[in-house]
Amino acid sequence: MKTPFGHNVYAMAAEYPSAAALYEAAKRVRDAGFRRWDVYSPFPIHGMGEAMGLGKSWLSGWVLFGGVSGLLTAALVEFGPSWGLYRLDVHGKPWNFWTVPAFFPIMFELTILLSAFAAFFAWQGMNRLPRWNHPMFNWDRFGRVTNDGFFLAIEARDPRFTEEGVQRLLEETGGQHITIVHED
Amino acid sequence: MDSAPTAATETIKAAERRVAHIPLVLNRRNFSWLTERISGVVEQPAPRWWWVAFTITASAATFGLFCIGYQISTGVGTWGNQIPVGWAWDITNFVFWIGIGHAGTLISAILFLLRQKWRTSINRSAEAMTLFAVICAAIFPGIHVGRFWMAWYLAPIPNNWGIWQNFRSALMWDVFAVSTYFTVSVLFWYTGLVPDLATLRDRAKTRVRKFLFGIFALGWRGSNRNWRHYEMAYLLLAGLSTPLVLSVHSVVSFDFATTVIPTWHTTIFPPYFVAGAIFGGFAMVLTLLLPCRAMFKLHDVITPQHIDKMAKIILLTGSFVGYAYMMEFFVAWYSGNSYERFAFWNRIFGPYWWYWWLGMLFCNCLSPQLFWFRWCRRNILVVFFVSMCVNAGMWFERFIIIAGGLIRDFLPSSWRVFHPTWVDIWTYIGTLGIFTSLFLLFVRFLPMIAMSEVKTAVPEADPHYGEPPGIQSISHGGKERTR
Repeated sequence: MKTPFGHNVYAMAAEYPSAAALYEAAKRVRDAGFRRWDVYSPFPIHGMGEAMGLGKSWLSGWVLFGGVSGLLTAALVEFGPSWGLYRLDVHGKPWNFWTVPAFFPIMFELTILLSAFAAFFAWQGMNRLPRWNHPMFNWDRFGRVTNDGFFLAIEARDPRFTEEGVQRLLEETGGQHITIVHED
Repeated sequence: MDSAPTAATETIKAAERRVAHIPLVLNRRNFSWLTERISGVVEQPAPRWWWVAFTITASAATFGLFCIGYQISTGVGTWGNQIPVGWAWDITNFVFWIGIGHAGTLISAILFLLRQKWRTSINRSAEAMTLFAVICAAIFPGIHVGRFWMAWYLAPIPNNWGIWQNFRSALMWDVFAVSTYFTVSVLFWYTGLVPDLATLRDRAKTRVRKFLFGIFALGWRGSNRNWRHYEMAYLLLAGLSTPLVLSVHSVVSFDFATTVIPTWHTTIFPPYFVAGAIFGGFAMVLTLLLPCRAMFKLHDVITPQHIDKMAKIILLTGSFVGYAYMMEFFVAWYSGNSYERFAFWNRIFGPYWWYWWLGMLFCNCLSPQLFWFRWCRRNILVVFFVSMCVNAGMWFERFIIIAGGLIRDFLPSSWRVFHPTWVDIWTYIGTLGIFTSLFLLFVRFLPMIAMSEVKTAVPEADPHYGEPPGIQSISHGGKERTR
């Protein structure tokens, strides 16, 4: 879809006066059956996930993976040298099954460490960040999204997207400054 | 099926309403006021007091670094350490600094899991404080090994002698605990910073600021699809940091508890150290935040309510610490072990008697008891005074535990009292300089209050704001919503 000036259209977007208005609008857009759309706010709005019809984030799966890797890494790093490569006798302390808990602190720490790395990289990866730019930044009002602006955008590639239909929906939900956002 | 409202339920409701009514952001400040005021600290030119303070702290830091260089190039003999006092100011400072860090993680992680919204005003600066404290802490184990250039032996890296670490040693656990703690704290802190860096990016006027904030904000655009994963990551990082912070000082305490020195060889150490760490850390948070709040006029964001709550945590953890001190004495007497009994007697009446009476008894046990009184929790000068007492008291406590345990060991012929040298003293002052310099740089260049989080504590952030109260209480359980 292109504008009369030959720009590719990314989305039609509107600004809302408050978090409550944005929340209500999101429920309407969800119920209208749109798939490719998003809301933008300066802070996470409580309950917006359900209002948008999104499920739970499965980022936790990556964190579990990270934690298991950490535990296994620690086991390898500790037991490899301690039992195989370089058996260290300190003060004649015993080497038997009952001394294994002495290895637990490091296992615990590495489990936490790799879980935290997994969480850190997963939230960026799952959000496709970092990125240099985004079409929404082409809209001059959008700079307020990190201050006090609340925005909703329905993407042009959504199968239900029609200019008139989306404009009517945004108007009905109380959207202001309704505009077309360019892709480039 | 509602039962008829009785007098009791009415009283409870009235009390709940009163509790819910104390706003976390005063004077009904809106979102853009918060953005302006908090970003303004970073965007306006540095005030004169900042330059004065930074000059002083940076000078101390520089001299401290010189002392470290002198100590590394000359040897550990530049310190007052000797036999039997092999650990003295160096490890005291290490434990002191690592303990300071704990308050930051407690605020950012444990209070988050407990849904304490008041943490939002103080978590960013407390987390930054954690990082800087851990940096200061990490200096000491590194330089006290004597041959600093061989400190890499602590890491399990294959070397050409085929020598490996003793993974069953508490010192090795400590290496992993502290480095994990620092790394996870950095990840957590930076994750929290990203939305605020985006705010600064969108407000930036100069090309340099646009570029730098643009890079570090990672292209954040406040999308709710992004917030969803972000919040899950934040929750999990908080969940991971919670056992981590409890483990770090426990592991630090194992450095002592796994030895045979009287006063060290006790099972009470892990909880005692953790409580002390949180206690000392909150005192440092207040020490840093009260001046910042006054200088940057953040009274509407860091309110008397916040200070009151921190004072209560100091009272709680201070009482834990006081209890632990009493229990140590009791167990020393009850054990019937003459070495233990002597060591604790020596603690009160030995060469370091006044450290105990002033530091442990007055600063740590008695001074926080002032916080039983609301007037004291609300009086900034009293709060600041108690915080300074606790800062000093916790240093004394560590010194008494570490050096106090070593000066009188099992053989009277080897008894020797520790005296610090100028290098000891200035290395410590240097780390105070490093810590405060880093904190001053932080408040100048990064938002010291988590804007995106504080905004969620404003009533308008509630998606049900503006609905009649009846609907609101049905949809949200009512009482935690502040209106």
